[in-house]
Amino acid sequence: MAEDPITGIVCPIRLDYTITPGRAQTRFLRGLENGKLLGQRCPATGKVYMPPRGSSPTHGLPTTEEVEVADRGTVTTFCIVNLQFASTVREIPYVCAQILLDGADIPFFFVVQEVDVNEIRMGMRVEAVWKDPSEWGPTLENILFFKPTGEADAPRESYKEHV
Amino acid sequence: MSRKAETDENKGILTAPYVLEYSYTRSTGPVLGRFLSGLRDKKIEGIRAADGRVLVPPVETDPVTGEELDEFVQVGEVGTVTACSWLAEPRAEHPLDKPFAWALVQLDGADTGLLHAVDCGSAEKIEVGSRVEVSWRDERHGFITDIECFRLVGD
Repeated sequence: MAEDPITGIVCPIRLDYTITPGRAQTRFLRGLENGKLLGQRCPATGKVYMPPRGSSPTHGLPTTEEVEVADRGTVTTFCIVNLQFASTVREIPYVCAQILLDGADIPFFFVVQEVDVNEIRMGMRVEAVWKDPSEWGPTLENILFFKPTGEADAPRESYKEHV
Repeated sequence: MSRKAETDENKGILTAPYVLEYSYTRSTGPVLGRFLSGLRDKKIEGIRAADGRVLVPPVETDPVTGEELDEFVQVGEVGTVTACSWLAEPRAEHPLDKPFAWALVQLDGADTGLLHAVDCGSAEKIEVGSRVEVSWRDERHGFITDIECFRLVGD
């Protein structure tokens, strides 16, 4: 029985790494294990970075002081995803937003759900929806998504520095 | 397991596996496509170059003159090692899960070496000049791994 001639081959490229987040981010991830969001403060400016990288990006100083920030905050900007791509795990359309957590001085990126995509807006107040504590590990996956709190929108003054 | 030594300073620092994997589908072209299709039927074909040499694996254009090549030549399943290197600790991606030799095998009838794995047990058993033969896989799909490995003739 004649088989079709070969015209293409699949060549897998695989890189197997063991990565470490380093000391500073290990503290952050250990905090997540206990349901805490731990930022780190720049000793020069007092600004709190979340997630922390271990050093201040503006002054290059070690950020050794841990600061717990809230698991709720303000949407500073957002993106509505309308395109399905290979690794999409959510139904489109969905919302990704920069969220300025209360107590942090830099927004961080997360998915916002339980909101109509036409309702999402700058200044909207949102809060984290966590997995059950029995499932917590040292990972941001402990947070499923953020959802609107129903509070009044934050005034633009409170986040304009971050837009 | 992290390879970094555990010291007091880095004790307790997290590590995690991180795998990047892409599966590319490459077009073989007519010449390599025919070579791979042949492996499926336990047939190894080279191609005759402008100077008369038989190149295995075959290439589409002459390496010296650049002209298109099209005269396929079937070569043998037995050949001679022209270079080899012992691999004592194979990794997951390697063709064999035990120590083996990488070797350039000049198959009888060919004028160039084909790179493949030789399963010969120990580094002392293989050297330039060793005679080796193809060990075919039972299930072949038209890929270079249809040749499972080479073994020493008489082994």
